[in-house]
Amino acid sequence: MLLMKILKNDKPGMWLLGSLLLVSIFVPILNLLVPENSAFHLSTYTVTLLGKYLTYALLAVAADLVWGYLGILTLGHAAFFALGGYAMGMYLMRQIGERGVYGDPVLPDFMVFLNWQELPWFWQGFDQFWFAALMIIIIPGILAYVFGYLAFRSRVTGVYLSIITQAMTYALMLAFFRNEMGFGGNNGLTDFKDILGFDLRADGTRIALFLASAAALAIGYVLSRIIVSSRLGLASVAIRDAESRSRFIGYRVENIKLWVFVFSAMLAGIAGALYVPQVGIINPGEFSPLNSIELVIWVAIGGRGTLYGAIIGALLVNYSKTYFTAALPEIWLYALGALFILVTLYLPKGIVGLRVLQKIRTLRRAKA
Amino acid sequence: MPLSATTVSVKKTFSLLLFFFMLAAIAQQAIANEASGEDSLENAWKTLSNKNYNKKAKAIEIIAQQNPPEAIPAMKAMLEGQLYYAKRDKTLYFLKETENNYAFTPVFDHDPALKPVLQENRRGFKKVKVNNRLRTLIRQLLAVMQLQHEDADIRLSAVQELLKNPEAEAADLVESVIEKETDQRVMTTMQTLLAVIQLESGDEAAQLAAINTLANSLNTSAMNALSAYEAPTKTLKNKAQSAIDKINDKRDLYAKAETIFFGLSLGSVLALSAIGLAITFGVMGVINMAHGELMMIGAYTTYVIQLLMPDNIAASILVAIPAAFIVSGLVGIAIERGIIRHLYGRPLETLLATFGVSLVLQQTVRSIFSPLNRSVETPEWMSGAWQINEVLALTWNRLYIILFCLAVFMALIAVMKKTALGLQVRAVSQNRTMARAMGVRSKWVDALTFGLGSGIAGLAGVALSLLTNVGPNLGQAYIIDSFMVVVFGGVGNLWGTLVAGMSLGVINKLLEPWAGAVLAKILVLVFIILFIQKRPRGLFPQRGRAAED
Repeated sequence: MLLMKILKNDKPGMWLLGSLLLVSIFVPILNLLVPENSAFHLSTYTVTLLGKYLTYALLAVAADLVWGYLGILTLGHAAFFALGGYAMGMYLMRQIGERGVYGDPVLPDFMVFLNWQELPWFWQGFDQFWFAALMIIIIPGILAYVFGYLAFRSRVTGVYLSIITQAMTYALMLAFFRNEMGFGGNNGLTDFKDILGFDLRADGTRIALFLASAAALAIGYVLSRIIVSSRLGLASVAIRDAESRSRFIGYRVENIKLWVFVFSAMLAGIAGALYVPQVGIINPGEFSPLNSIELVIWVAIGGRGTLYGAIIGALLVNYSKTYFTAALPEIWLYALGALFILVTLYLPKGIVGLRVLQKIRTLRRAKA
Repeated sequence: MPLSATTVSVKKTFSLLLFFFMLAAIAQQAIANEASGEDSLENAWKTLSNKNYNKKAKAIEIIAQQNPPEAIPAMKAMLEGQLYYAKRDKTLYFLKETENNYAFTPVFDHDPALKPVLQENRRGFKKVKVNNRLRTLIRQLLAVMQLQHEDADIRLSAVQELLKNPEAEAADLVESVIEKETDQRVMTTMQTLLAVIQLESGDEAAQLAAINTLANSLNTSAMNALSAYEAPTKTLKNKAQSAIDKINDKRDLYAKAETIFFGLSLGSVLALSAIGLAITFGVMGVINMAHGELMMIGAYTTYVIQLLMPDNIAASILVAIPAAFIVSGLVGIAIERGIIRHLYGRPLETLLATFGVSLVLQQTVRSIFSPLNRSVETPEWMSGAWQINEVLALTWNRLYIILFCLAVFMALIAVMKKTALGLQVRAVSQNRTMARAMGVRSKWVDALTFGLGSGIAGLAGVALSLLTNVGPNLGQAYIIDSFMVVVFGGVGNLWGTLVAGMSLGVINKLLEPWAGAVLAKILVLVFIILFIQKRPRGLFPQRGRAAED
């Protein structure tokens, strides 16, 4: 009932949740119950790929929340995604235990390789899932809080803010590349065995992870929808459109920005945590500024400030990326580059803002 | 070649005799030249193929006395066992062994009858054999000959060679030539050598003088000698210690100067890559993410120019500078006309669109030139270093880059302040509507400004191509740094960009020794992030009404 009330004015959202539900029902059936030689069988590889897309979609929702509703063009959101991923990676690393190449019961392989004698303090506790799960939310949250507190309080806005978010993720990337940081350096964390006692390579685990990603996306979407349709969301839209005016009216602009930003970072962290066990690796490359910018383009293509647009954009761009990088690797960067240019020039509202779609909408409204 | 234990003991007694001889040799050189004439020199060369070592020693002495131009290379070759003679006519040859053959080149190459011989074995040739006694003799004679050589660089290297392993005997030798020395560098090195030797003498007064001399030297051997010095009295010990401290202080000072020089050269690269951005970003308010790729285009232009004129590397760089400016400038104008002009007033959208441009440009370059890195040859006049003293050497290419950066900057300031274009650019950036009302063609100004900024990015690319490999990712590596510099310096302020670039370069290099290169970079990034909090508009913010949103 509560859900219906939230989605009352959000038709696309209902469509989205409905299709997520359908996918969550049919994907496991097609993968587990349909025999492998059947034309309708869905390979585990595809399931994992779909799961990966869903985590990207959740990341895009997080980015749309700050860009579309708060007007902060973040060029560092992949940093929160990667931090969540690293927290999950640390848990998975601890789960390997004695099965590593060096067979050390406590130390992950790369630490044995670097001749470390004991586990660094920041790796303590990551053998417990609940602790790792907490960190997945808290670490990106803390970074976003500190960064946002400093930036919003001193009223860094617009282009300046975009550039320092980029500097943030760039600095983190450089830092994580260092072996001394204790996160596996260049190679990152990989070679995971199991999660919560289930084998990561088993079809069942893959399906479960896929379902978890779908659920996370659904919950993330609903939470974001609640936020943007609440008074907080309305105030943040006001800030996006006229920051000084909102401040003069009496809103605490810094606080509103800060909380939305922190929430968005936490969502991104969860997305990263679900991404890592499905992909099987997390390395500093995830922090690269290019990733964050690509993420912005998903949102731009789908249509910023709509939430569901971000999801559509993420799925579409990533599907075409998978397709093009396999079929025509030369073309992919041209295509992505052209997308950036064409979307900003001709589709300022993204796909969901296409004239055709809007016409259909107005026609329907006229009928009703 | 290491000396065996027996030779060392023989050497002591032998060398005394030798030095008397050498002093005589120097004094008599003029007379000897007249008296013995060409015949005996020729005989001496012939005698080298003799089996008798005493006769050979005599011959070597005669050759050293006469000191013909072949003497030094021949004696060096003899030491290394690479001097041979033809069995047929006893003429001398240098041997050069390669993987599967032996090359014999005649010592007297002015004689047209003698030809280099290349064969698979050593048949027909015999080595000029030397024993340890001869080796010592040759070495000492070589030192004498080199110390008297007319080329100051050869004299210098001879003294430096002696300084590496200073022995008391060398003192007499050096003292005999120091009077005639004219070159300042050779003179100081000789004095250092004498002082090092005196430090070992028993005389306390001489030791004191030596310490005072060494305190002003920066040579490593001088430092080693002082550290190893066992002072007989307390005063001398303190003196020696304070001399060591003084040398260390000086070295630290020069090391700091070198660090700052490295910082300035890094800063010039940063400033150079940021100046173009300061124009497009600062003056026009356009965020050009393709700026790095415009630098890359400049670097590839340099590479192509070098391919076009492979015989003239030295001039190719000078041709590349205007070429890169024009190519990058034209690409920039195309970007402005094609894309950016539709997006004025929407800075965040420009950011995305130009990022798309950067991807396309990267892939284009990858398709044309392959994803592999290319390297640009450094011309002769830019390699090497400017040796200021024994510890401080400034490499020419870094020095040129600093100068190049300053020149570009000054030229740009001149354009902005003195030309009609500059006036119009400033007018448009301050108040577009008013400028248009006064008759400025703002669209035309926009295109030219963007072209100017892009052209300067191309110039930065020329400088970068000489420092690193040229590859499709060249631009990406610098784009974030360039933005940091512009933001740090204050948008719209060219001087701010220069100061910011230089200071970030120096800060980076100062942090590097104790933090490592990567951590230094991280610290600088964090510093800038925090700095922006304190001063959101950079070091030198724009003032006045135009600065308000």
